[in-house]
Formats: sequence, C-alpha cells, structure tokens
Amino acid sequence: MRSVINYIKEILAGIRTLWAGMRVTGKYFVSPGEIVTQKYPENRDELVMFDRFKGEVIMPHDENNQHRCTGCGICQMNCPNGSIEILTRKEMTPDGKEVRIIDKHVYHLGMCTFCGLCVKTCPSNALAFGQQFENAVFDRTKLTKILNKPGSSIKKEVK
Amino acid sequence: MAVNIYDFTELTRNIGSGLQRAMSPGWARATEYVIIGLAFLLFYAVTGLYIIYGERRICAFMQNRLGPNRVGPAGLFQTIADLIKLLTKELIPIRNADKLLFNVAPFIVIIASFMAIAAIPFARGLQALDFEIGIFYVIAVSSLGVVGILLAGWSSNSKYSLIGAMRSGAQIISYELSVGLSLLTIVVYSGTMQLSGIIESQANGWWIFKGHIPALVAFLVFLVASTAETNRGPFDLAEAESELTAGFHTEYSGIRFAFFFLAEYMNMFIVASIATTVFLGGWMPLHFGLNNTFNHVMDIIPPVVWYLIKTASVVFVMMWFKWTFPRLRIDQLLTLEWKYLLPINLVNIVVVAFLCLMGWHF
Repeated sequence: MRSVINYIKEILAGIRTLWAGMRVTGKYFVSPGEIVTQKYPENRDELVMFDRFKGEVIMPHDENNQHRCTGCGICQMNCPNGSIEILTRKEMTPDGKEVRIIDKHVYHLGMCTFCGLCVKTCPSNALAFGQQFENAVFDRTKLTKILNKPGSSIKKEVK
Repeated sequence: MAVNIYDFTELTRNIGSGLQRAMSPGWARATEYVIIGLAFLLFYAVTGLYIIYGERRICAFMQNRLGPNRVGPAGLFQTIADLIKLLTKELIPIRNADKLLFNVAPFIVIIASFMAIAAIPFARGLQALDFEIGIFYVIAVSSLGVVGILLAGWSSNSKYSLIGAMRSGAQIISYELSVGLSLLTIVVYSGTMQLSGIIESQANGWWIFKGHIPALVAFLVFLVASTAETNRGPFDLAEAESELTAGFHTEYSGIRFAFFFLAEYMNMFIVASIATTVFLGGWMPLHFGLNNTFNHVMDIIPPVVWYLIKTASVVFVMMWFKWTFPRLRIDQLLTLEWKYLLPINLVNIVVVAFLCLMGWHF
C-alpha cells in the first residue's frame, strides 16, 4: 500500500516541478524581460561594445601623438600567423647614443585570428584591442594597416 | 433550423455532383482526387512553414530574444526564404549509402504525415476521408513515419544516424501504446471511432469537460505521449543535437532534409488536431450552459477558425514543453512510459469503462 501511495506522490511531485518550470518560461513568453537581441544595423549609432571585445589590434596614441611602442618586436615574434611586421630604424640621440625607434608597425588584419597574444605579451602595453568590428572592405590591401600614426613619437617614460 | 452557412456538406456535394455531370464518372473521380490532393499539398506546405516560423518566434520570446524579424513584416516570410534556399542547395551523395532507401526515406516520412492529414475534420463536411475507423486509421498511418526514420538511419551508413533511428524506433514502439490507449478512453465514452461521429458526440460539451477526471488524465497522457511520438523535445532523442549531431537526418542535405523537417512539424500539427478532435470538441464552438447570448456569439465564429484556434493552442503547449524541459535519457524515457504512463492509462481506461457501464457521464 505504501508503495502505491509513494508512486502517486512521485507523479504529483513530478507534475508540480514540471509546472514550476513551465511557469518560468510562460512568464517570459507573456512578459519578456530585457530583450538581448541587438537590432544591429539600426542601432549602429548607440551600439556600445563591451570592454573585453576583441575588435582589431590598435596602438593607442595620446593627445601629443605619442605612443608607447619601443619597436622591440616581441609582438611580431609571438604572432602565430605572422600578422605583424615591425620595421625599425636607428636614430642618434642628442647625447650621441644610438637608439632603435619604431618606423612602421605593420598589421595585417586579414591574417589576424584575434588571439590576443600580441596585446598580452607587449612589455610596454603599447597595443590594445579596439571596438571597431565593421572590417569588411572590397580591396584586400586595405586590410594591411600601419598602427603607429605618421609623425608620432614614443612617450618619454617608456624606455 | 435555418441553413447553416458553416456547413460544408452541401458545398462539397454540389462540387461532386457538378463534376459528375460535366464528365464521365472515372474522370470526375480523378479530378476530385487531384483537386483534394492539390488543396492538401498547399495546406501542408503553408501550415508547415508557418508552424516552423511560429516555433522560432515562440522559442525566441521564451528566451528573451526576438527571433526572425527581417524578411517581410515581423519576419513572416522567413521560412519561405529558407525553403527557397534549401531547394537550391546541393544534394550530397553519401559514399556506401544504400542509394534507393536513402532517397526513399524522406518521402516515406512525408507521405505518412500527408496521409494522416486527410482524415482530419476541419469543419462539418470539410474532411477528405471519413472512415468509420477514423481514429484507428490515423494512429496506424501516423506511426508509419517511423519506418522512414529507421530507413534513413539504416541507409545513411553513419553511426549517428543509426543510433538516432534505433532510439526513435524504441521510442515509437513504447509511446504508441499510450497514444492509442488514451484515445481509446474517448472512444469508449463516445461509442464510435469515426472522427466526425466523435465530434458530433461533443455537441453538448467537449469530452475534456464532460468526461470527468479520466478524460483530463487521458488528455495529459496523450499530450506527453504524442510529444514523444513526434520526436520533439524533451523526447527528441532521435536527433539529440548534443550527442548525435542531428540524429537520423545527419547525412541529409537540401530539400531531403527539408522534407524531414517539414514532416516533423506537420506531425506535431496532426497530433494537435487529433487532440483537438478527440478531447477539445474539434470544430465545435465553446459553449457554457444551454441557451444564452455567449453561446450565440461563439456560434458566429466559423468552425474552421475554432478548429485552428484549438489546434494552435495545443501546438503552442507542445512548443512550450520543448523550450522548457531538458532532454530525457533513453532509460528515463522508457521508465516514463512503461512505469508511469502505461499503468495510469490502463487504470484510467478501466475507470472509464466502469463510468460508461454505470451511465455516469453526461
């Protein structure tokens, strides 16, 4: 007799828990909370990407057109598929020392897998991920970018 | 009683006799078949596509998403665009597949559901096949689809397909019992297996209302068992995406895949319309009491609309199931059937028989 009662209890408990689950989804159906879908092309203006979004590799410059890149080439060595080429040149400082400064930081966006190794390994934090993601172009050569802006120089404190 | 404008018997009879007058009996019959076939084909495609659209929207709303909303107003043409895409896609030949069975399987699945749809009464007189054993026919035909699923799994030469098909076989064999027995309770109540007869027996109240608790139990059992029979979540073991890629239709592509997909949704429509016919009064309008204004207002709504509203609500409940419950394991699936649904059903049918013998139902 007890087993029969337990059997019926089990069924009723099962129905109760199933109904609890259906109440949750039913509630969302009639009164959806915050809709997570982004209506992308329409909300292009107010679209804000989140901080960790890996858009494309950029080199932040400050207001004096100065960056933090020393041209050490560690990002180039760490890039698994050769998307980064560092072109440096030698320059004489006023006190007669020869230093290496960055000439061109060439970034091939078309080859980049956005693994983030360059950003992670940069010893002077010169690289970062931008928020730009509309990267489609009609000409492949446009995907090759020079990250350091023309006429930029290295910040004093980074040496 | 005045002429009922919602009675299609006269209309269909007139069309029939008109055809008989216009041509020889053989040709008239052939024309009738072609007309009915085309009408059902159109109905089948359109309903299937819009159930798929409905499912995508409903599941999106349940998950706080928007769902397809780009093609046409509110995304209404999305599934039509998908169908056109699938029509133009390549049919990939499978190496070492059993070519004949591989090609035939989707057609078996779709023909099985197409045959079942013929027996569905949409309104008075709007029914292609009104057998005296209508329920028997529908159960028999709708379970033919599993043959197609088994063939698809067997002929694909893929272990995923085969495992999916075998699971589907085990599932159908188990749950067919519950579906049949739960329908049998109402057959005992109404005393007929003819689908139109069952609907006529509900003129003074739907079986789910006047059938006491046993009818309610039978309805719930039917809902669960028919969800399992159509291979839908939470019983979609035959195509468990996380384990079997896509189950029995893993190797199918293009329009053959679309056939499986469409048949799955139309099977859902078919079991929903059986539930409507048997438990929810078919195309009978909702009535309270005997003769009041509410009933007259309800009578104005055409029976086809009533039928579609009821079917759509059952379909919605089945979608609700799918997007709420997690998938069962195969042993849990069989436990649910053999240890719970079947004993409940057997007790239920004895109770119904007793009620009918004593004449305790309305």
